[in-house]
Amino acid sequence: MATGPALNIAIADKRFAAQGPAVLAQLHLTIAPGSTVALVGPSGVGKSTLLRLLAGIDTQYSGTITIDGMPAAAAPPPGFVFQDPRLLPWLSAIDNICAVNPATSREAALNALALVGLADVGDLYPHQLSGGMQRRVALARALAVNARLLLLDEPFVSLDRALVSEMQQVFAQLIAAARPTVIFVSHLAEDAARLADRAVLLDGRPARILADLTLPVPRADRDAATVANYRQQIDAAFETVG
Amino acid sequence: MALAHRLLPSPMDVAGQMWTLATGGRLLPDLGKTLFRAGVAFVLAMAIGTAIGIAMGRLRWLDSLLSGWLVVGLNLPAIVVAIVLYIWLGLTDLALILAVTLNKIPLVATTIREGVRSFAAEFDELGAVFRLSRLRRLRLIFVPQLMPFVLAAARTGLSLIWKIVLVFEVLGSDGGIGYRIAIMFQFFNIAGILAYTASFILVVLAFEYGILRPLERRVGRWRPVRP
Repeated sequence: MATGPALNIAIADKRFAAQGPAVLAQLHLTIAPGSTVALVGPSGVGKSTLLRLLAGIDTQYSGTITIDGMPAAAAPPPGFVFQDPRLLPWLSAIDNICAVNPATSREAALNALALVGLADVGDLYPHQLSGGMQRRVALARALAVNARLLLLDEPFVSLDRALVSEMQQVFAQLIAAARPTVIFVSHLAEDAARLADRAVLLDGRPARILADLTLPVPRADRDAATVANYRQQIDAAFETVG
Repeated sequence: MALAHRLLPSPMDVAGQMWTLATGGRLLPDLGKTLFRAGVAFVLAMAIGTAIGIAMGRLRWLDSLLSGWLVVGLNLPAIVVAIVLYIWLGLTDLALILAVTLNKIPLVATTIREGVRSFAAEFDELGAVFRLSRLRRLRLIFVPQLMPFVLAAARTGLSLIWKIVLVFEVLGSDGGIGYRIAIMFQFFNIAGILAYTASFILVVLAFEYGILRPLERRVGRWRPVRP
């Protein structure tokens, strides 16, 4: 039961300055509805840039990106999770969720918080929440905006091991329950090995697709050996060009 | 002894004088006149200064164009502005209010400009990612970041306005606290001067504790409480 949209990415050229070097060039990807795709690559390769193009906030590129056939900038806003929680500090958790989508009622915001296990912190301000709770509120906010398409920019970066494990569990449960289309950026093979159905490895300048790996074992059935195997495949692909 | 008593009146004498001036004298109309002038100048200066500050904070070319004038405005002696306007417009309320407003605008604009410059670009990106309307960005992202600077500009500006309104009233007006204090000065009426000053200070304190501080608490209620 796929509920997320399909994405079609055909970027001919993306650069930040007209005379500057290309960040992305001739990048073509088709993403199936309801799949979870990890964009893996070293820092600075252009993963976050690609995510911003998909989110429709950066339209300065040549090529096309469509979401269910609509240009990305015209499609409904995605549920976006930044590297940092990026909660507005002057709003409570509930108000942070309602703020980004006027159609979200307090009840819907509470439901989104409940989905990430935070049903009872709605009235607290960000500074009253732990780092992990702030991240989960950010995830709830993304779900409230668009639970069909989630774009996550290094969602597990700068978190301690326990918190990464907690966030990954919440994340896996959400994917299993709603089957959204998820694209997440990570520089760690481990994240992709644990969570993704597919790992697109990016490298070089301009970034090119180094490998496009399918990770077929369902997330719930992946044991330590499977994760290690997937991680090894990803690392091996990078080593061939390293 | 009598001289000492006249130059250094007791608090009771000052309070008595305040009561006499309030009930039978010109204290309340004078206070009203001064507050009206200060109030109009304050509102005008805050509105214009905030608009200029926001524009300068957002538009680099405008900042380059006006920042030199801002320095001039900040350092131009207030009395010069008042004298020039009195000569041009006569000893009128308009001239006085305009002089006070012009003196305060640079201070407000500078504070607001610094505030706008300190805005978090990440929140702009948040607004862009979730495609917030201009109005929602203004209400939820822009104004909350600006409010501490508006309040800082209001407080520093108000303290400046209280002072210069009185000086300008001494210089030339047909009533008000400053005008009356100037007359009392000619008679060495210290009790009267202190009575007027004290009543004026009471109004300032009422404004501070009745309006500014509750507003500050409301605006900053989300901030962590410092131990």
